[in-house]
Amino acid sequence: MSFLQFLHEYDTSLLIALAEHVRMIAIALAIATLAGVPLGVWGARNRRAGGIVLAFANVIQTIPSIALFGLMIPVLALVNRGIGTFPAIIALVLYALLPIIRNTMVSLLAIPHATLDAARGLGMTEGEIFRHVMLPLALPGIVSGIRIAATMSVGVAAVAAFIGAGGMGHFILRGIQTTWPMMTIAGAVGNALLALIVELLLEWVERALTPRGVRIGAERSA
Amino acid sequence: MNTFLAYIADNLGAIGIALAQHIGIVAAALALAVPVGIAAGIALAHARSRAARTAVFYLLGLGQTIPSLALLALAVGLLGVGLLPAIVALLLYAILPIARNACTGVQSVPEATRDAARGLGMTNMQIIRRVELPLARPFIIAGLRTATVVTISSCALASLIGAGGLGDFIFSGISLFKPEAMLAGAIPTAMLALAADWFLGRWAARGHAVR
Repeated sequence: MSFLQFLHEYDTSLLIALAEHVRMIAIALAIATLAGVPLGVWGARNRRAGGIVLAFANVIQTIPSIALFGLMIPVLALVNRGIGTFPAIIALVLYALLPIIRNTMVSLLAIPHATLDAARGLGMTEGEIFRHVMLPLALPGIVSGIRIAATMSVGVAAVAAFIGAGGMGHFILRGIQTTWPMMTIAGAVGNALLALIVELLLEWVERALTPRGVRIGAERSA
Repeated sequence: MNTFLAYIADNLGAIGIALAQHIGIVAAALALAVPVGIAAGIALAHARSRAARTAVFYLLGLGQTIPSLALLALAVGLLGVGLLPAIVALLLYAILPIARNACTGVQSVPEATRDAARGLGMTNMQIIRRVELPLARPFIIAGLRTATVVTISSCALASLIGAGGLGDFIFSGISLFKPEAMLAGAIPTAMLALAADWFLGRWAARGHAVR
């Protein structure tokens, strides 16, 4: 069976796996963004709290993905949700938090004091400064954090197949278990392509959201 | 908790062997990735064309987005199962952070310092060895730190392609639904990563000890 024949034979299951994969990371990223951005804003205002949040997120990041998934099983088994998509999404959220929190904090703290002083001098209230000055300036950095989290999540979500969450990792896993390289390669290539697409797409969003004046020398952060 | 402790006590030897395998695979991958990464970083920092440098790092960055599980799986397709594909996949993964940081470190050396070294009559090789590398040291260690933590984590997946290591316990624990086996693999892996991170962080913080 050639690779193309394989793709044709398994097109439906590949598409289902892709949909499962995308759904998993989309939910996880939405939660992580909703939690991470406010945490980052809080961390930028309260440096000590920010340090603690970052250190905690850093420790989670250091735990290998398969170990984190493994740890989810006995913990969530207590509420009967040890395997499947549920623990996978929780683990993905935990992983995605660090880059989002860190980038939000760093981009807010990188805004020059002179800019904030100028806004204050124009008579803006704190709320207006946040909405009209700080947020637009920090937005590309925040999106960059989401991009890093998203690309990472595509890879981590592949590992989630081991705890029964489905996705492209399922093909890799089944291919290895049945020593059928073609199935493994189909999963791996699909997984890698998805990661590349997500990366390029969010890079584009990041560029589009950068205010024109800031675009000069916009280096990729982290 | 008691089953966990009993399991650990019963399998202490096997866990020790898996830990040693794990460290061995990581060390082998890094032993190859560090010289290659540092050399590539230095070469790129000295590259005349800025566009070429940006392009190379962009491509390497895109390569890095390939998930580690996918890379390990692809390595099986090319090299079969066992230690070799695991080490190759992990080493490819570790090169980027090392090269990028080495490049940043060398670029951070002020041109005036390099001129002064040249004025002292140093050759280009001497400038790299005795001026640039010592000054770039904190950056290089930071890159090594990232690479080490990533490699230790990804190495847990290498068990899947028959390379052994602590992942063996995690995977059999998941397959057999035996949390104690899984924890016996997961906890040492996480501790190993945290210990390496802490140790290299301390090392990096120990100032610019320029000899």
